[in-house]
Amino acid sequence: MKNLNSVFAAYLAGWGIFFLYYISIARRTAALREEIERLKNSLKRAK
Amino acid sequence: MKKHALASAVVFLLLGAAAYGALFVAPTEKTMGTIQRIFYLHVSSAWTGLTAFFICFLANLVYVWRREPRWDWLAVSAAEVGLVFTTVVLVTGPIWAHPVWGIWWTWDARLTSTFVLWLLYISYLLLRTLVEEPDRRALFSALFGIFAFIDVPLVFGSIRWWRTQHPQPVVMGGSGSGLEPTMWYVLLFSWGAMLSLMALLVRARFEFEAVRGETDLVRREAEGV
Repeated sequence: MKNLNSVFAAYLAGWGIFFLYYISIARRTAALREEIERLKNSLKRAK
Repeated sequence: MKKHALASAVVFLLLGAAAYGALFVAPTEKTMGTIQRIFYLHVSSAWTGLTAFFICFLANLVYVWRREPRWDWLAVSAAEVGLVFTTVVLVTGPIWAHPVWGIWWTWDARLTSTFVLWLLYISYLLLRTLVEEPDRRALFSALFGIFAFIDVPLVFGSIRWWRTQHPQPVVMGGSGSGLEPTMWYVLLFSWGAMLSLMALLVRARFEFEAVRGETDLVRREAEGV
């Protein structure tokens, strides 16, 4: 089982990159949804 | 929301099964031993990244023809997701290479053309931040995206046309190339799992881009009041 550490490191890095990217999309989308709500509310108040 | 959670769970299970297949089902390769198991993650990520760039290329062509924002949204979503998969390729490659070649990196045709591909799609995303007006941004980036795709056939052909440190192809590599049948099944299953992950990520990124388009409209309206 030589180099097993490298195999785990590769899988951990690969899965980690995908997971972080998925979280980043979810966070960016949530932030934009909040901004839209805020803008819509301020538009309503201005009208 | 429930559908999205279910899709995420299915993709997660597929990825788990693919990892199980790579680590426990596939036979140990005779020359390299255990380290070769990185192959199933590395190659399936590479193929999926190239598929995402192909989707980006098609979406860019359709945008230039139709000028509908949804094609621009699809193009940028596929480009970003393709970039993430290529990043995984560029990270797992050196981890595999170091124990086998004794070096982390070498500037051979395959590695260099893949690195250039990564840089080209980073440039594509950077270009989008430089143009404010949405229609001009979409058109400029579509044209650049079509140009950037030129590197994809080079990446594919690099190990077929030139002598490289990178191993020779297992698909369309001529006589002597190919894989043991169980290795094939595990590789194809891994690729299927990666494609499902790509679909999930592109869908999520497309939704983000659609919300951004809506935000821009509301923001402009708010500035005009």
